[in-house]
Amino acid sequence: MTTATPTVPAGTQATEKTTRAARVRKRLNSRTATLVSIVIALVWTIPTFGLLISSVRPENEIKTTGWWTFFTNPQFTLDNYQQVLFSTSSSSGQLASYFINSLAITIPSVLFPLAFASLAAYALAWINFKGRDWLYIAIFALQIVPLQMALVPLLKFFSTGVTVAGVTVLPAWGLVDEQKFAQVWFAHTCFALPFAVFLLHNFISQLPRDLMEAARVDGATHPKIFRTIVLPLVTPALAAFGIFQFLWVWNDLLVALIFAGGGDETAPLTVRLAEMAGTRGNEWQRLTAGAFVSIVVPLTVFLSLQRYFVRGLLAGSVKG
Amino acid sequence: MAFARSRQALAIAGVLGLALGATACGTGNDKKSDKASSPECAAYEKYQGHDGKKVTIYSSIRDLEADRLDQSWKQFEDCTGIDIDHEGSGEFEAQLGVRVDGGNAPDLAFIPQPGLLKRFVDSGKIKTVGADTKALAEQNFTPDWLKYSTVDGKLYGVPLGSNVKSYVWYSPKTFKEKGWQVPTTWDDLIKLSDQIAASGTKPWCAGIESGDATGWPATDWIEDLMLRTQTPEVYDQWTTHGIPFNDPKVAEALDKAGTILKNEKYVNGGFGGVKSIATTSFQEAGTPITTGKCALHRQASFYANQWPQGTKVAEDGDVFAFYFPAVDPAKGKPVLGAGEFVSAFADRPEVQAVQTYLASGEYVNSRAKIGDWLSANNKLDINNVPNPVDKLSVQILQDPKTVFRFDGSDLMPAAVGAGTFWKGMVDWINGKDTATVLQGIESSWPK
Amino acid sequence: MEFDFAEEQPKFLMLMYGLIAFVAVVGGLLLLLDAVPAWFARRREAQLIAASASGTPLPRRRKEREGLFALFFLLPTLLLLTIGLVVPAIRTTLLSFMDRGSNDWVGLRNYGWMFSEGSIIRVLVNTLIWVLLVPLVATAFGLLYAVLVDKARFEAVAKSLIFLPMAISFVGATIIWKFVYAYRGDGQEQIGLLNQIVVGLGGEPKQWLLESPLNTFLLIVIMVWIQAGFAMVVLSAAIKAIPADIVEAARLDGVTPWQMFWRITMPSIRPALIVVVVTLSIATLKVFDIVRTATNGNYDTSVIATEMYNHAFRYGENGQGSALAVFLFVLVIPIVIYQIRNLRQQREG
Repeated sequence: MTTATPTVPAGTQATEKTTRAARVRKRLNSRTATLVSIVIALVWTIPTFGLLISSVRPENEIKTTGWWTFFTNPQFTLDNYQQVLFSTSSSSGQLASYFINSLAITIPSVLFPLAFASLAAYALAWINFKGRDWLYIAIFALQIVPLQMALVPLLKFFSTGVTVAGVTVLPAWGLVDEQKFAQVWFAHTCFALPFAVFLLHNFISQLPRDLMEAARVDGATHPKIFRTIVLPLVTPALAAFGIFQFLWVWNDLLVALIFAGGGDETAPLTVRLAEMAGTRGNEWQRLTAGAFVSIVVPLTVFLSLQRYFVRGLLAGSVKG
Repeated sequence: MAFARSRQALAIAGVLGLALGATACGTGNDKKSDKASSPECAAYEKYQGHDGKKVTIYSSIRDLEADRLDQSWKQFEDCTGIDIDHEGSGEFEAQLGVRVDGGNAPDLAFIPQPGLLKRFVDSGKIKTVGADTKALAEQNFTPDWLKYSTVDGKLYGVPLGSNVKSYVWYSPKTFKEKGWQVPTTWDDLIKLSDQIAASGTKPWCAGIESGDATGWPATDWIEDLMLRTQTPEVYDQWTTHGIPFNDPKVAEALDKAGTILKNEKYVNGGFGGVKSIATTSFQEAGTPITTGKCALHRQASFYANQWPQGTKVAEDGDVFAFYFPAVDPAKGKPVLGAGEFVSAFADRPEVQAVQTYLASGEYVNSRAKIGDWLSANNKLDINNVPNPVDKLSVQILQDPKTVFRFDGSDLMPAAVGAGTFWKGMVDWINGKDTATVLQGIESSWPK
Repeated sequence: MEFDFAEEQPKFLMLMYGLIAFVAVVGGLLLLLDAVPAWFARRREAQLIAASASGTPLPRRRKEREGLFALFFLLPTLLLLTIGLVVPAIRTTLLSFMDRGSNDWVGLRNYGWMFSEGSIIRVLVNTLIWVLLVPLVATAFGLLYAVLVDKARFEAVAKSLIFLPMAISFVGATIIWKFVYAYRGDGQEQIGLLNQIVVGLGGEPKQWLLESPLNTFLLIVIMVWIQAGFAMVVLSAAIKAIPADIVEAARLDGVTPWQMFWRITMPSIRPALIVVVVTLSIATLKVFDIVRTATNGNYDTSVIATEMYNHAFRYGENGQGSALAVFLFVLVIPIVIYQIRNLRQQREG
């Protein structure tokens, strides 16, 4: 069994390459590039920055003057954050509650599609069977199904089960309160799979053919190749998809609204933030603060995974 | 303040996703059934016998307003042991359909559009109102109100809250300073507008932006003017497509509204020209009144909640509303309004008990006392209505001279009433001519 | 109601169940895939021994096990896709041939409506503009920035800033931009940045979202603003993956940066480029939140997905909504064909 060995030299080779590459790039390092890229990045951030400033301005100021007047006439308040974090609505509970819901919804909704899609992508890329290309294309094409159109049938699946010709094939799930998380996981996993399979297939299918064939000759089975060769090599791609799926689930409103409901037992942050503007939308200044509260987690996730994720994508795109 | 600090710490813990020990004070959960025999529960005797049952309600009511709802039926819950689980959503109209079709309907829904209600009746989803509830509803509401939730002679919902839309908001303070009089006829209203315009201020301000419901405040204008330029019977024909949408009578109403809304001399005080109406949010459309940049703003009674904090809403305060005058007072006092209906998707006894309770005088008075709410329920005691505008609304609704009509766009099929009518109004404000707009709406009426 | 941590415990418990289920399902599947072939291998070994002992000819190794493996690898995905997307897609297609309440068959009436209603034709045109512009502009920007930032200092910071909009929901991002496009009458203090700039330059404030077709482009800006980060991150990673010796060799040959870009960079990152363009095209076809939040499709800005949602869910016109959805399926066909070609090339190459 020599299957585990190829990863080690590949890894060291890669680091050697990157250090050399780094040296090359350093020489190319130009001041103009730095300047231009920083300026663009700053311009890119202005709208968000404006929102940040708005979120610490009093309600009346937000509604009557531009956020830039803050610099000439600074009026600072944490009222918006106070209202968002410590909720003025007694029936809706504390924001922290929704925060936990968001986490409980997001984590499994990222893990399940990751695992299922990488298995599927491997099979579609490296196992020879009839019609695999057509199957891949079909899965790819499913990306276009608007999830809005899938809501009703999926909800029916959960709430009434499946009956074929009067015979109950699957019973209704009948979930209550926090058990409804399972429905949301299920829904998010379904909706994420086509893109996940597409993205991961792209990386997995580009792994060096020699490597795979060598492993096969050594007698490694598909599950073994998958675990010991493919997974370590595409971890970066997994991280990349993981980040996108995380952002998508964390920011989702529609799926959560349908499958989790709007109570503080199950609803995620987004649902609460959407409600916060009030029945008649008159409290919308809270949205400014709310937006920042909800950005904190995805941004942290991105920043902490970024290095790993950027370094890593290259492993997948090394051509064999 | 140790209490405040612990609250803050907890929130921060939550933000970080950390698990900290709980120090928050638990709210004492009283055992409900023990209370059932106490004197304050006497009024709920007929709803007893469903202890421990749960009834789910779905509505468009959120945040603070939702708190008030919870508060309003608290005693009922305590006494009967029925647990009312209310959920409000800003996506109510669309999501209700998804939930019902998906087999996950709520027990009760507060439906603000008779048109939507009728759609669920047609697809056989809404249950007819139980006999007890029906009897009570017939006692407490006029046939005018019940007809909006009646389909083929059967009652499918009971009215809950209402609002009056035929109001013009103004500043009593400014009016007093400038010596302006509150107009009681259409001609006076136009005279006053001209007078204000001559003084250099644009008299009217308006805004119809409202997220995915943009356009509705303009449809209210048209409905109000349909009621003022035409007879109530023509209004009814219009909402039921008895006359085409591009009938000359409708065009007349539109053009009449246009004499104000599309008059650059009159609008849009505090915001800009006519076109700024389209992008001004309805929430802030009236605020220039408080700064004197505009004097008149036609909007419903619930606009009382939209004024900036610290604005006194009263007849002698910073802002108040007067009745949007009739063109021809001899024809009576046309009033445009709206409200929501409680419809049941389940007929379990506890659901019917809650539905009956919501139609009762006990409920409406309990809810009205909490504030910012009124109902056409005739058991509502005007003394229980704290807000002066709501008081005025109750008076108008109970005035025998009042000719009440429900918001037309809520009666029409949603494709028009929540679709092309709204969009058509946006285009109309944005410069399209009356005939083209009406023709477009007419052609979109579902066949 | 105070925040009571004890009340949150069931949620963590549920999360734990979810994680346990994850480990059980995925671990179980892998174990199964490991154990079953091992068992087969042992059996074959036994057969071989038996065969050699008795002198009978060796049984042929069967080939179809590959297919069986594939089935197990694909099983969870296929199952979920069938329930979550295939059934709904078929249902939608059927509904598109039915009336608004989905009671009677109406043939092609909904499609006829789609191509005769003037406002819907405008919607189709808008969708086309979106799907042509967004992938092009976002990818181009992402690529340029990736090349630029590759040579710059503070790379991580700059990249994070460009990526930042990705962390904001579509609705949140649109609210941010509505602030930018906000309008106040001439002579008043502007609260929107764009109008403030216009006024600062001596112009008159404009109602940006009202002016068709400019407004569609302004909405596209929002989408580009969000998605450029995605393009940049993926392409930047691909650029960094270009082997340094190739770059160095090219430099020794004295190629100009321009030649370097077209001859070395572009061919090397082609696969990543395809992923980005395809992903953005599909995301753009489905764009919904941005238009709904910014204008709700007013002022001639509507796109297919918003009209589909409005007709199916708000207007109760299931047939028309479904027909619009089916039209989306049709629009994706060119991308699918392109993808098939790519796959063929890859298999051959």
